[in-house]
Amino acid sequence: MNSPRTFSLLLLALLIFCFGVAAGLQPRFRLLENQRHQSNNFFSLLLGDSRRMFANSFYVKADEYYHSGFYPTIFDNNGAFKTAHMAEDTGAVNSKNHGEETGFMGAPRDWLDAFGRHFIPNRHTHLDEGGAAGDLSGSDQVREILPWLKLSAELDPQNVQNYTVTAYWLRQRMHKTAEANQVLLEGLRENPGSCDILFELGRLYAESNHDTNRAENVWIAAAKNWQPIEGDSDAKYANDFIYEKITTHLGEAELNAGHWPQAIQWFQAAQKVSNTPNALQELIDGVQAKMAAQTNAPAAPTR
Amino acid sequence: MRNVFAVAGIVIKELYRRKDFYVLFILTVLICLVMASVNIFNDKQIVRYLKELCLLLIWVSSLVIAITTTARQIPAEREQRTLLPLLAKPLTRTQLIFGKFLGCWIACGLVLVCFYFAFSVLAASRDHAWPLLNYFQAAFLHWIMLGVVVAMALLGSLVFAAPSSNSTICFVVIATILTVGRYLDAVAVAQPEPFRSIIYTVYFAIPHLEIPFELRNLIVHDWPLIGWNFVALDALYLLAYAAAFLVAACLIFRRKPLN
Repeated sequence: MNSPRTFSLLLLALLIFCFGVAAGLQPRFRLLENQRHQSNNFFSLLLGDSRRMFANSFYVKADEYYHSGFYPTIFDNNGAFKTAHMAEDTGAVNSKNHGEETGFMGAPRDWLDAFGRHFIPNRHTHLDEGGAAGDLSGSDQVREILPWLKLSAELDPQNVQNYTVTAYWLRQRMHKTAEANQVLLEGLRENPGSCDILFELGRLYAESNHDTNRAENVWIAAAKNWQPIEGDSDAKYANDFIYEKITTHLGEAELNAGHWPQAIQWFQAAQKVSNTPNALQELIDGVQAKMAAQTNAPAAPTR
Repeated sequence: MRNVFAVAGIVIKELYRRKDFYVLFILTVLICLVMASVNIFNDKQIVRYLKELCLLLIWVSSLVIAITTTARQIPAEREQRTLLPLLAKPLTRTQLIFGKFLGCWIACGLVLVCFYFAFSVLAASRDHAWPLLNYFQAAFLHWIMLGVVVAMALLGSLVFAAPSSNSTICFVVIATILTVGRYLDAVAVAQPEPFRSIIYTVYFAIPHLEIPFELRNLIVHDWPLIGWNFVALDALYLLAYAAAFLVAACLIFRRKPLN
């Protein structure tokens, strides 16, 4: 016959076992829940990680549209198209392009190749410059790249360039500032604290809304969120480039506001990561000269 | 010639009795309408993605109709045992082949008229422009190209045992030409001998069906018209291949036992 003490000990042991199992399972369930939250996106469920590959091909497709179909294939020399021109023209992306962008097809290889070139787009154009028609008044045709960028953003929400490029062209050529703002805010929701998106958001406030104070605040947030990357990779250059852009814009904003010491500080911060520190030094020297001239200037005679 | 047109007339009637075209046409229009209803940043003028999708669907549908319709012509006559009674009439085997070819080709032309009309309406609803001559060039070269496909499938129906195998082989060959045909010479340059010569031979021997296929890009991105002399030259080039396939089909059919 078991004593009540044995039952009490058994109950205690069971409680300890239950607590142990619960403590072991809880982190796993939390991880599972996070994964489920991440795969809420329809495309994530359908395609898994391969969606990034599709997203990239749609991003390239958008750049192909930007050139009205005049675009290198895997069989052509694509050195001049390493960085999408639609992104390069926003001024917020570090370009890796080199070589001749108009002659990637080279000379015709044979008579069939020469003949076939009459049936394909054969001139380098950009949609924001009027596209194939070359009509500068039709620069809003750049809208044609947007469906592909939207699709690319839905497939790969972590690629910040989808948001920055979309927002730039929306506000710059189509004058849809509200939509551009929405795109950037959505990008920020997907990529909290992204320097690239914050920089573009600041440009939107400064250039389209003419709200310099708000722009400065956003750029300062971008500069605070920036983290240096070590190494010699393209990612490091891109990361340094965006910091240089942010700090230069902040410096210019301070310069326009007449806050010269702050402007110099931002230009000096830009110098640390810049590929062209001498140009920035000239800018700093110019500001310092202005400051010196102001301090040495004789006081205006009082009437 | 009257016999040839009589056979062609039967083939055209067969096409509009079958449901293939209606299904593909309605499917194409539906897909395009659904895609057109997508709201992209409240901009109603974005049209090029729609034009590209619509043209791609037109190409796929027209190839499906051309290949499947042609591939079953002779085997169906044989299966239904109508081939012998047909040839018992004053109709030569060559006339039968030409009649079948002409029927399928004209049927494809009628299909293209419907598809390109729907395409131009869809594009104009957003673009507010009617570049009819550009559409005519694209549709005309598309139709000439389908002539090569029809002749190829007709030849295949005499060489291969079943319509299904013929259709599959035709689809694979045509899809390969459309996607990599243009770049075979670039691939050949990088190869050592004898592969280089083999690839070059293939490059110059195959009909370059991708030339009218790539014309889609000019339509999608509003490029100006191509010179009519180039259109005429390409049409002649493709017709020469269609004629070569037809002659080969006639030669094979003349020696083929009918039972």
